[in-house]
Amino acid sequence: MIELIKQPWTWYAGGILIGLTVPLLLILGNKPFGISSSFRHICAACLPSHLNYFNYNWKKEVWNLFFVAGILLGGVIATVFLKDPHVIVIADNTKKFLEQHNVTDFANILPTDVFNWDELFSLRGFILICVGGFLVGFGTRYAGGCTSGHAITGLSNLQLPSLVATISFMVGGIIVTWFVLPFILNL
Amino acid sequence: MAEKTTKQFSDEFNIGEEIGNDTKVSFSKNVKYLIVGIFFGITFVKTEIISWFRIQEMFRFDSFHMYGVIGTAVVVGAISIFLIKKFNLKTLSGEAIELEPKQFDKGQIYGGLIFGFGWALTGACPGPLFALIGSGFSVIIITLLFAIFGTWVYGYFKDKLPH
Repeated sequence: MIELIKQPWTWYAGGILIGLTVPLLLILGNKPFGISSSFRHICAACLPSHLNYFNYNWKKEVWNLFFVAGILLGGVIATVFLKDPHVIVIADNTKKFLEQHNVTDFANILPTDVFNWDELFSLRGFILICVGGFLVGFGTRYAGGCTSGHAITGLSNLQLPSLVATISFMVGGIIVTWFVLPFILNL
Repeated sequence: MAEKTTKQFSDEFNIGEEIGNDTKVSFSKNVKYLIVGIFFGITFVKTEIISWFRIQEMFRFDSFHMYGVIGTAVVVGAISIFLIKKFNLKTLSGEAIELEPKQFDKGQIYGGLIFGFGWALTGACPGPLFALIGSGFSVIIITLLFAIFGTWVYGYFKDKLPH
């Protein structure tokens, strides 16, 4: 059993479990499944300001911070106790492309030759680690949600604005992946 | 009333008048969300959706994996919400379950594109950032801090941006 859990889970197993989070949070306490709002609550809690956007009682939304703390702990548990001993399998075409663009480490779930503390001070690392993070925080709040709030909860609830948002996420990601990332990876 | 405010939380909602309310943060009331988060985080890691490589495969159309995960999650979520509405299911404490409809604004396009740019660079949406830190990739703390900074900058310029 434990061996089975240690293997990478299939897309349908993962999809079912993630999908079930939507009714689970609703039934536990009427909470809409969404993660990027945690960034806003952290700002409201840690960076007091006169800005209207952060002037609300974040303590009423504190469930969301418990939820993301749980996600972090889940990462610890999965890595310490349930780690797959095998190297991650990457699609041939993607791997070939990355190899041609100065990515050399394929042993982990992310390329540790790009995402590490030393790379942070290179232009390539700074763009991927810092600028990327900034765009994620800015964009998700501007869009009013991320993959969980729009693509999963919103689409599940048949919300047209969430479909618009999800298509925009994909278009943005495809543009950068095909037309910008090749240059950044070669920096 | 207070309970309703929590549910109606949205970006457009100005909750300014509630400042100064000394709501207590209760660990026992919130621990269930921590537990759901733990299972969810394990799922994130084991399904490998926190992998930068999986996101590259998705945007390069080289693998069905991410489409399968998100597609299945939407179908399961949609069936669940359909059943909740059809049978008028209540929360554990007996409240009616409510999901606020999303209002359309241009932010979903502009913000959506910007998030997409960032998603392709970091290979992580907000949830996976937390799971990656837990998985021991400590430099992602910096990505998370920049995401929080990005949110703050959005809050600063919100009224000047097209919505």
